[in-house]
Amino acid sequence: MAGAPTSLHMGAAAQRRLRRRYAREFRFKAVSLGALGLMALFLVGFIGGIVAKGWSGFVTTEIRLDVTYSERHVDAGDPAGGGFRPIVVEALRKVIPEATERDDMRALLGLVSNGGFVAVRDAVAEDPSLVGKAVEIWVPAASDIDMLVKGHVDRGLPEDRRRTDDRTIGFVDRLEAAGDIRATFNWDFFTTGDSREPELAGIGGAVLGSFWMLLVTFLVSFPTGVAAAVFLEEFAPRKKWVDVIEVNINNLAAVPSIVFGLLGLAVFLNVMHLPRSAPVVGGLTLALMTLPTIVIATRAALKGVPPSIREAALGLGASPAQVVSHHVLPLALPRLLTGAIVGMAQALGESAPLLMIGMVAFIVDLPSGPMDAATALPVQIYLWADSPERGFVEKTSAAIVVLLAFLVAMNGVAVYLRQRFEIRW
Amino acid sequence: MVATTEAAPAGTARTAAYEDAVTIAVEDLPKLDAPVKMRTRGLKLWYGDKQALTGINLDIPLNRVTAFIGPSGCGKTTLLKCLNRMNDTIDTVRIEGRVGLDGADINDRSVDVVQLRARVGMVFQKPNPFPKSVYDNVAYGPRIHGLAGNRAELDAIVERSLRRAGLWDEVSGRLDGVATGLSGGQQQRLCIARTIAVSPEVILMDEPCSALDPISTARIEELIDELRENYTIVIVTHNLQQAARVSQYTAFFHLGRLIEVDGTAEVFQSPRHAMTEDYITGRFG
Repeated sequence: MAGAPTSLHMGAAAQRRLRRRYAREFRFKAVSLGALGLMALFLVGFIGGIVAKGWSGFVTTEIRLDVTYSERHVDAGDPAGGGFRPIVVEALRKVIPEATERDDMRALLGLVSNGGFVAVRDAVAEDPSLVGKAVEIWVPAASDIDMLVKGHVDRGLPEDRRRTDDRTIGFVDRLEAAGDIRATFNWDFFTTGDSREPELAGIGGAVLGSFWMLLVTFLVSFPTGVAAAVFLEEFAPRKKWVDVIEVNINNLAAVPSIVFGLLGLAVFLNVMHLPRSAPVVGGLTLALMTLPTIVIATRAALKGVPPSIREAALGLGASPAQVVSHHVLPLALPRLLTGAIVGMAQALGESAPLLMIGMVAFIVDLPSGPMDAATALPVQIYLWADSPERGFVEKTSAAIVVLLAFLVAMNGVAVYLRQRFEIRW
Repeated sequence: MVATTEAAPAGTARTAAYEDAVTIAVEDLPKLDAPVKMRTRGLKLWYGDKQALTGINLDIPLNRVTAFIGPSGCGKTTLLKCLNRMNDTIDTVRIEGRVGLDGADINDRSVDVVQLRARVGMVFQKPNPFPKSVYDNVAYGPRIHGLAGNRAELDAIVERSLRRAGLWDEVSGRLDGVATGLSGGQQQRLCIARTIAVSPEVILMDEPCSALDPISTARIEELIDELRENYTIVIVTHNLQQAARVSQYTAFFHLGRLIEVDGTAEVFQSPRHAMTEDYITGRFG
């Protein structure tokens, strides 16, 4: 290469510069990749932990009872008024005949959940012809038994340090050996309301409460938010007061949710006297919280519609309202809905404002409308997490799984809408 | 302020002439071989504090093609948008002076802007069909103005418009297809068909071929020549050959002033103003 013109970009110095550049690039990429890996690790750890703890919450332990509705205990004229504790004890004695002492009796009764006695009663109340006959019924086990069967009780501990004594464990083992204990999928978990007994507690009431609440939130915040955004984006003159409103809407989006809860408490409960603990109040409160999110999302969606479409319609003699309703809004709809769904998902996961308006109560009945007292999914999780019983630990995780499933589903719908219907320019 | 000084042969003296040039006075307007369809008198326009038009006097003849030429930022598109009040949508715009359509001031309170835009249609620089079907694009204008009493009439308007825009043979089989799936040239002809469908009297075209390939451009130019029989056309273009090919009158603008306006042949062959000559010969702009 002697005699060749030397280039600034050749030679040892240039090579060094190049190597340094590549090294820097490599470090930059490595750091980003590391951050991503860390995030993935968190995610896997979080979801994995919740699911691992929660899956057993979807399974419940049942005990088989060979129930004989003898006329001694049940009157055919009033089958629901019978004495069902002796019937259950008799049924269990068929497997464990030697349990005759008072302590044995108490242990036997402790095996079955309160819901079990109700199930035994309901069976004969529904069909009084059963009186005098024998039937086989699977009834839910008491929470302690459920925990024992699922292996959450350490049998190696001294007896006085566990909730189940040796006698009970012995009975359970006998029943298990006889095939009278099974684990089944807990469908009731999805259809029942809260309960003091972990084995009977369900997420159904909270899901319904959340549903009614989100319905109110959507009906209030979506039309209001979209209309406000359309005005600000399409019609508002560039004036000072519009700027002031804009800034305030953006600030509103950053206000802590508990403040909205206080506002809801002050306005909806204390001034308007709406029912306490009702989804309608929760919904209105969350609507206030979601409104700025929807306004901002809608404005972004409207901004995404190219001005050339507005010009085209205006140039044909469309009025400004026609331009918006015929062209801009329909074109913005996919992105707008996506934003709204994300806002709704946020509202679904919100608990702090609901604590302020009393949706944190212990409510067994399923709400049949937005005016009934109810709780919501995140609040139910909070309530259960606060309960001392071991049985509520897995219920808490199971409820979190349900909440996450709803959130994933909502975000999935948002992604689908965006992918499927959005027009790219 | 002026684009290039090196290219101007007479140097600074000539540049000074550029700066001193004044917008054409009413009495200097050329004699037209057709009645006046639109007319501006003393038209001034500001974007906020910045003045974009400095008292434009211009007559636009009926059933002729008038081309607006000039370097970027000279105000030709701004003036075009004044002719159907598209500048209304910009908050900061302030307008003084008169714009007449058949002798009536279009900025008058009594004029309905929706009606005005039906009479003075517009075709834009970038083809901007609605992301709807070909049919719905053309039918949109007649629909909002209530021009068709029934579906059959609307069908007829759509077909007539597409035929006039020379697009019917290409799209008659796929009227329900999405308009954005057409080629760029087809899209622009669709936009012209959409404008024609409203039966305007004047069609404003803002660089209608700048986003198109030469073949599509040639088709649009042919189309403009055909449309002249029934419509008054004003076209803004950066393509001087195009102005020479399609227009009967040419107006040359510079820095918000109308420097020269005359028959296209006169402007291109014997420009009166040195600045016009420099621009059309490529010395500046």
